[in-house]
Parts: sequence; C-alpha cells; structure tokens
Amino acid sequence: MNRLSEDNTGKTLLLMGNEAIARGVIESGASVCAGYPGNPSSDIIDALVKESSELGIHVEWFVNEKVALEVAASAAMVGLRGFAAMKQNGLNVASDFLLNLNLSGIRGGLVLAVCDDPSGISSTNEQDSRLFARMGELPLLEPSDFQEAKDMVKEAFDLSETLGLPVIVHSVTRLSHARGNVSLGSIRKSDKTPYFDRSKPFINVPAPARAHLRLKEKMVRCLEIIEKSPFNSYTGPERPELLIITAGAGRFYCEEAIHNLAAENRVGLLNVASTFPLPRDLILKRLALASTVLFVEEGGPFLEEGVKEIYADHVSDLGVLKLLGKSTGELPSTGELNPDLIIDLLSQQLGIQRKKRPGEYQQGLSRAASNLVPARDLAFCAGCPHRATYWAIKKALALDGRDGFVCGDIGCYGMGSGPAGWSQMDTMQAMGSGTGVASGMGLLDSFGLKQPVIAVCGDSTFYHAAIPALINARQHESSFLLLILDNSATAMTGFQPHPGLGKTATGKTAPAVGLEDLCRAIGCPVETVDPYDIGKTTQSILGNLESPGVKVLVLKQTCALVRAKQGLPPSKVKVDQKKCIGDSCGCSRFCTRVFKCPGLIWDAGTGTARIDEAMCTGCGVCVQICPERAIVSEEA
Amino acid sequence: MMELRKDPFNVVIAGVGGQGNVLASLILGRYFVGRGGKVTIGETYGVSQRGGSVMSHLRVSRKKQFAPIIPKGDADLVIALEPVEALRVLDDFGNPDIDLIVNMRPVYPMAVLSGECVYPPLEDIKDAFRLYSRHFWTINATAIALELGKAILANIVMLGAVLETRVLDIQEAFFVETLKESLPKTSIEINLRAFHDGRKGLLSGK
Repeated sequence: MNRLSEDNTGKTLLLMGNEAIARGVIESGASVCAGYPGNPSSDIIDALVKESSELGIHVEWFVNEKVALEVAASAAMVGLRGFAAMKQNGLNVASDFLLNLNLSGIRGGLVLAVCDDPSGISSTNEQDSRLFARMGELPLLEPSDFQEAKDMVKEAFDLSETLGLPVIVHSVTRLSHARGNVSLGSIRKSDKTPYFDRSKPFINVPAPARAHLRLKEKMVRCLEIIEKSPFNSYTGPERPELLIITAGAGRFYCEEAIHNLAAENRVGLLNVASTFPLPRDLILKRLALASTVLFVEEGGPFLEEGVKEIYADHVSDLGVLKLLGKSTGELPSTGELNPDLIIDLLSQQLGIQRKKRPGEYQQGLSRAASNLVPARDLAFCAGCPHRATYWAIKKALALDGRDGFVCGDIGCYGMGSGPAGWSQMDTMQAMGSGTGVASGMGLLDSFGLKQPVIAVCGDSTFYHAAIPALINARQHESSFLLLILDNSATAMTGFQPHPGLGKTATGKTAPAVGLEDLCRAIGCPVETVDPYDIGKTTQSILGNLESPGVKVLVLKQTCALVRAKQGLPPSKVKVDQKKCIGDSCGCSRFCTRVFKCPGLIWDAGTGTARIDEAMCTGCGVCVQICPERAIVSEEA
Repeated sequence: MMELRKDPFNVVIAGVGGQGNVLASLILGRYFVGRGGKVTIGETYGVSQRGGSVMSHLRVSRKKQFAPIIPKGDADLVIALEPVEALRVLDDFGNPDIDLIVNMRPVYPMAVLSGECVYPPLEDIKDAFRLYSRHFWTINATAIALELGKAILANIVMLGAVLETRVLDIQEAFFVETLKESLPKTSIEINLRAFHDGRKGLLSGK
C-alpha cells in the first residue's frame, strides 16, 4: 500500500489535497503537528498520525484549535518547525492567539493550514477565513492544485522562518477533499536542538504599537518575496480581451472554462500565489495590458477587493477598466463555485456558444428522472443513540407541557434540528454554544421566560468549548439541563479520540479526563443514563426540568458505527408478524414512519413492519416504542 | 501511455454511502496515474451519513489536471452501484454518447422503507437507460458479492465489469497490480475473486 512517508523523490502518487498538505509537512521536517478535527481539514492530521512513529514526529489531536495552535507555536518559539490544521470555524477559535502571535513573532517555522468550506457543506456557517490574514497582517498562500498543496507548504515554512512570522496556507473543500497527481520531493529531517532564548521573550507589552511596526516591516520584506514567487503564473495572450485574476481552487474552473470554449487565444489567466499580500507589481503589469478584468475565487470578493484597492491607487495611469466579479454581481456572492458558472459567464462575455445537450434528450431525461428517482433523506444511522435521545427529549418536553426548547450546536447530533431528530434542536451556532446560550436563557426567568431550557452537547464538543459556559452557569445560578451526548467518539469527523477516552490519536494510553468528574467539580448534580433506555431517559429529563439550577445528564452509549467497527453481535430484535397489526394499530406507524430507524422496513405487501437484519444493530429502542409490543428482543 | 476516447475522459462513479464508491474511484484513479495520466477525483461530500446519495467524479487526461467537478452534461461513462443513482447522475451529467455500467440491486431510500414512496420498477429504469445512453450494461454485482460472502465487494465486482466492457483502455495485469497495492494484504485474494467474477457477470443491456 502507498505510504505518505515514502522517501521516493520524483514518484507520482494520487493524493487527496489534504494528504498533499500532510506530505508537504513531512517534506518540510516539521517536529510538532497539532489540530482539532473539523471537516474539510480533518484528513491532514489523520494522515500525519499514521506516519508519526515512522518519522519520529509529534502529531496529536488537541482539545480545541486555540490550544492546538499554541502547541504548534511552542515548537516554533524554540527554533523547531510547528504545524497546525483546522477548518474555518477553528480559526475563529484560534484567532485570539494568532492575533497576538503576529506581533510577538516566532523563531522557528510555523505554518497554519486553514480549510474553508464554501457553501458550508459540512459546516454550520459559510465564511471566508482569508480575512484573518488581512486582520492579522500575516502572509496567506493559496494552492491552486494538488501539487501546489504540497509544495506551497514547503514554501510557507521557508517564508515563515525568513520572516519570523506564522504563515497561513489556505485550502477549500474542493481541493482538500479531491484527489490529483502529486510528484514527491525529498524528506527533510529536522536537525535543530530546541532552545528557549530568554534574552528574546515573545511579549508585545508595554508597547504593542512598536511590535506592530516590526510586523509591518516584516510584511514589506514578505511582499518582495511574494512578487517573485514561482507559484504566480500567467497564461494567455499578451493583451487579452478578458483578463481573469484567480487564486486557489478558482483556477480549476477558469482553466476548465477556457478549455471548454477553446478561448485560449482570447483570455489571459493570472493566478496569484498569495492573496495577502497581493503581488502588487505583477498585478499592475497585467492590469496595464487589460481592458476587462474578471475575478474568480472561492469565498468572498477578497482577491477582488485587494486588486481594486491597487487599481484605485493607480487609476490615473491605468485608465478605465471594466471589473467583473462577486461584488458586481457577475458571479454569486454566496455558495461554492463550479465549472458551469464560469463556463456560462465566459460564454456570455466572449459571445462563444457553449455546447449543449440536444433539447429533446434533455427534456425526456429530466422527465424520466423526476418520475422515477426517489429522494434519499439523511438519517441517523441504524442504532444511533442520538435518535433515541431526541425521541426521549421530544417525549419529555411534551409531558412537561411548558413549551420547553433545546439549545444545541454542531456534531452528528446537529441533525436533531431536522426531520431525523423531529426538529427538536432550536439553536445551533458555534462549538459549545448550546451550553452558553442555554446558560443565558436560564437567567431570563426574572423577565418572565417560563419555558424550560435544555442544552445538548457532544462529548468532544464538551471538552472543546462547553466547560467555561458550564462554570459560568453554575456561578450565576442559571437554570437549565445540560444533556451531554457521550457516544465515546468525535463521530462526525472520523472517530478521532478526545480527552475522556484514555488514549491518544497515535494509540498511546493517556490519563482520561472524565466529563462527569469535571461537572461534579464545577458543582453540578450529575446523573448518567443509557439513552437506549427510553423510559428511564425520558423520566430523568422530565424530573430535571422541574427543579431549579444547572444540572447535567450524561447520555452514555457508544456510537453505532464505532460498535460496528468493534464487531457487533448479530441482531436479536424481530417483529412478531402476528402481533403487528399495521395501520389498524392507530399508532401512525410509530416504528417506520415516525421513529424511522433504517433497521426497520415497512412491508407494503403484508402491511406490517419487519426488521432489516443487514441494517439492525440490535439496540432494542424500537421494542420500547411499539404500542402493540409486536417488536421483540430475543434476549427479553 | 493509455488511449482515451476523449480528453479529458469523464467518469462518474455513483452509489449510496457505505457501498465503497470512494475505493473504486481511488483504484481506477491510481491505475491511470500509474499509466502516466493526469487524474483528478472529486467527491460528493458533506453530511454523507449512511443512506445518502454519493458520487465521485474521475477525470483522466493525457495533458492536464482538470477540475474536481465535471461540467453538466459532460460525463462519458457512469459506473453505478445502484440503479436509481445511475439515473440521478444521468439527469445531471448524461448526453447521447454516454456509456453506463449499472449494478441492478436497489438500495431503498428511507422514504421507500417507510412506505411513503415507491421504488420504480427495474424495467422502467432500464427503459430510461436504453433511451438516454449510447451503450449500457447491467450486472448483479451485489448478488455476486454476496456469493463471495460480503456485499461490500460489489465495488470491486463493478471494476471487473468495467474492464470487460472495454470502454476504458485497461491492461489487466497492470490493473491487478494496482488493485493489490490499494488493498490490505489480508483481503487481496477475495477482492481478486470479486474482480474476476465481475468480468464474468457482465450483462449487455443493448
């Protein structure tokens, strides 16, 4: 099998963008690699974890992105190379540290890979993280293919050491999670001995403005380097009818469109290696030879606004240019790009007809597809403890009768906001914010808010960001119930470990930091129940809603996929076909239409429910919800 | 260097989460990289929990690295692990010159399991394949895989079927090497059997 740490210069592998970034880290000789899982960035650290023992480097998942970046920076404070990886929301968490580190600087090399998720395909938000580079005045490189994803990490480490600054490498879902050709380079081994030089402390006070001036000076040097970067490229005629300026994954779609319309002789394509700082002289040179300019980039109009600023400073030399992009409406300002958007825009701008499917074919096919193809809704997996949890929440809130509501956040359990969890989750923002928002709601009774408040939070999320909110709630005597959905995994991002599990990413045993212990130390009453026991869970929730103060209920049951990986016992649940009376039961088909576990099938032929042995995990939750007791567990 | 009917040659591998779609695209992709091709693979991605539609876009070129998303109507071959998923992909990426290779075993969506929707008759789906493709082949890949003991082997059965159609320029010996390199040692033998049974199990649709 292919290995990412293979020392085979010149060999070409098919690598995921995230694996290419990881290989870049390996080739750069980084000593410490840190992250917190979050898609689309998770595979970078996952890939490095697999190679860590072979390479003798320290790779770990840390409690959150801020701590991960602090750990990676510590290596760079003593002369080594450190690396951190995170998604866009992770950079928000880490930004307070980053926006101090920019002023204090580093002495080794520090590269931060940030993967944005345009359209928020696996996120709670859509944001362009590149703005942090502008705010922190830090260099940001944007690889535009798989080879560059690897090579730019090496470039970023060199730049970081040259400037004494952290450098951001920015990726997006369509690069991080796609695969392409990557030719391997040689692996550098670190020969540095770490040493903390106390004569040069990393402190911005008492004169942060002086430190800021030092940063400005470093960025002047940075611009000189960026202007000459081998990753800047221009293809096309010297005086193009249309000049496209692009960066990152946007280049894919520009090249696709130019190829599709055979417009190579009419369109010029300038790809910039860095969108902060922008290679000013290079851009000015190209603007001077252009009349119409189109900006193509994932995210917001970041490159676009940067170039417009340069243009504004030189407008008297350059004359009037027609500028097209996201801020002028030629391209949508939200959602991710795709090749069709750029092909259609170029087709319109250049007056070249795009090849289309025959109308008859298109219409007939669309009709056939809409008649025949059923939708596939997302659902919790068969046997998922979250389905049982939301069922219990729904039942408890109905029994309580005071119109209680649920504050939540992101994880697999976020699907509780949709049909999979009967729309039981009512707020969803940042990691751990369900607990923080609930702690505030729990203080509003003095204004007359009488509805009971529940917060839900995953186990990994609890460690990441919910602990300060819980401390705050306890200190201020807020009233709400925190449900910690402890499935013993960071399930949504690929089952990475967290501090409660007693092991690290590389499989080493580690002291487990128990979440029940933490909650008790804060002073909260803590109860633990198995969510598969619907009756007991419902009663525990209901009981806790009636008393004042902040209480914690841990719903402990292992993720069904983790149990499947561990080797499941065969299903012991079946539907007694004699007892199941189908629609005449009057239960609205609780089992298949309402509870909707993929392990249960409605058999239209017999008009009864049955178990799909291939899907059922034998959790036994449906046994408890059937009013006719027709679903039976063989153990019972 | 391999021959390509069109450059880039665009393949969509479609199925349902958990069917081994990513591995199938990875093996095909590695094979073409080994033959000197420039390969890009894009994946549907996101909250792809079990039960959702998934697809990979595999693009092979002799010249350059193409985008990870195929433009609409521009696929040359669809390899589908599930019948309605083939039709779903065809609607977006099909054209009169497209070839289809389809595993005819349905994976029923939630709404079908709960009795709210019906799954279309397989003959109706085949009629659509006949009307809206250049050639199509079917295979009972899941049945073949289950005979070998594991439904998940259907993805490798499909790769055997792909070789047999000759739609792609695939050299068997070299492909088998790629297959071996991409799998854990303990499962190579069973996967090679799945691959060979897939070659034998291919059925012509038109």
